[in-house]
Amino acid sequence: MTVMKTDATTGNPRAAGPASSTPRKAGKFTSPLGRDLNRRSYILTAILSFCGLVAVWTLMASLELVDPLFLPSPLAVLGKLGEQAASGELWEDMAVSTYRVFMGFLLASAMALPIGLLAGASRRLEAVIEPVIDFIRYMPVVAFVPLTILWVGTDDAQKFLIIWMGTFFQQVLMVSDAVRTVPAQFQNLGATLGLSRTRILLRIVFPASMPRIWDALRVTLGWAWTWLVVAELVAATSGMGYRITQAQRFLATDTIIGYVIVLGIIGLVCDQILRISGRKLFRYTKGR
Amino acid sequence: MSTLVRKKLEISQLNMSFGDVTALDNVSLDFHEEEFVSVVGTSGCGKSTLLNIIAGLQEPSSGSVTVDGTQVLGAGRDRGVVFQQATLLPWLTAQGNIEFALEPGGYGKVERSRIAKDYLASVGLSGFEDMFPSQLSGGMQQRVALARSLSYQPKLLLMDEPFGALDALTRRTMQQLLMKVWEEHKLTVMLITHDIDEAVFCSDRVVVMSSRPGRIKTEYSIDLPRPRDEETFIHPSFRGYYKEILSHINQGVV
Repeated sequence: MTVMKTDATTGNPRAAGPASSTPRKAGKFTSPLGRDLNRRSYILTAILSFCGLVAVWTLMASLELVDPLFLPSPLAVLGKLGEQAASGELWEDMAVSTYRVFMGFLLASAMALPIGLLAGASRRLEAVIEPVIDFIRYMPVVAFVPLTILWVGTDDAQKFLIIWMGTFFQQVLMVSDAVRTVPAQFQNLGATLGLSRTRILLRIVFPASMPRIWDALRVTLGWAWTWLVVAELVAATSGMGYRITQAQRFLATDTIIGYVIVLGIIGLVCDQILRISGRKLFRYTKGR
Repeated sequence: MSTLVRKKLEISQLNMSFGDVTALDNVSLDFHEEEFVSVVGTSGCGKSTLLNIIAGLQEPSSGSVTVDGTQVLGAGRDRGVVFQQATLLPWLTAQGNIEFALEPGGYGKVERSRIAKDYLASVGLSGFEDMFPSQLSGGMQQRVALARSLSYQPKLLLMDEPFGALDALTRRTMQQLLMKVWEEHKLTVMLITHDIDEAVFCSDRVVVMSSRPGRIKTEYSIDLPRPRDEETFIHPSFRGYYKEILSHINQGVV
């Protein structure tokens, strides 16, 4: 009796028997730019890459290639973060900054959604809105920081304003683009069903562009974090950016590096939350 | 007898031009109650423009379209349209897509659900109610679209090359399904197609259009027995109609 065995690496069944010749590994096609990678090897490679980075850093720190005052070792950074976590300082800073990002981001998104929707749906409104926004968005937001301080002072409102400026204009353009990718036939369908223009916009065009709008929100949330830190570096009395500026004064590079890493992790977590919830919300786009 | 049959759709002296291009040149056509009419012609002959005008999605340069004595001034629920692409809303299930179409008609929630189920069943999709469009094959999607257009009982069904994007085998199945459904619901249909087989198989009348400018060249009454089914394709007169129509379309092309 011939026993069928499954080749662990390729998943292809092959007959087990005396090896007459080297079995051809069917299914291992090479694309012109190299072999495909399965999920497990991909994750493993990614982890190794991270470890490599940390190893290089550790090596540089332990050989004291750079003065430890400027480049503390990973362990020193971790220790410092641990201290700040224990004292509650880290959590407080994170809470303040997160609050600011979400307020600024929500404000921008809540305004960009309806405006982008209208700009995408009507040529007239597009002409009113888009050229102006195109002009404004090329102005460096950073340069507005002094002005915003003069306008609204240095409290939370100024942080919201900077985040809003950095995200709102781009969001409007991204939302209106998303709306324009909805096939025209969808609007015709709405018309033949006897729906009014407003209903076509709200019941058909808006939900149809939602997956792309979600992607736009995901991308701009990342930016919101960047703008927050910019705002907090310049003028703040609390928050993660503030702590980083303070640390610079005392040459506390361990705090700076630790906080930068935490900011990276927060960004990654936010992005993943939106990605996964997007995948759940828009499950219908993935077929069979 | 024919004078007693009520006119369902009256198209009179339609002209449509896009800049210098005359898409439709003085097109007049009448449809009777429960008549199945196909319009065939090479691509670019303006047959889709004609359908869009009847649907109320485009405004003609001149001329008028009248349904049951009322002039068409825009899109509306008295005319159902099946587009070449199924145009199902991707975030709604098969059932949900039909219920969506019923909503503006003032049906109650329970009624919507029942009607949607019934019409899905009539296109052979019982058991697929909860599938999203992306989970359905092209043919199945077009079945849902057909069920959707029938569900709110329009006076007129307009079909714009509905099976043109499907593979040949699926197309055959869909044509037969369309005949079965038409026998059940008996409504006036205008089918735009470039598939002569399809036109002859389905229709009471085939209208041939010439291109540039889009004109009605001639029309044929198709005297094949109903109900139509796979036997129709091998009916002795089927090939005759096919040949004649084809030669007419080719005139002036070569």
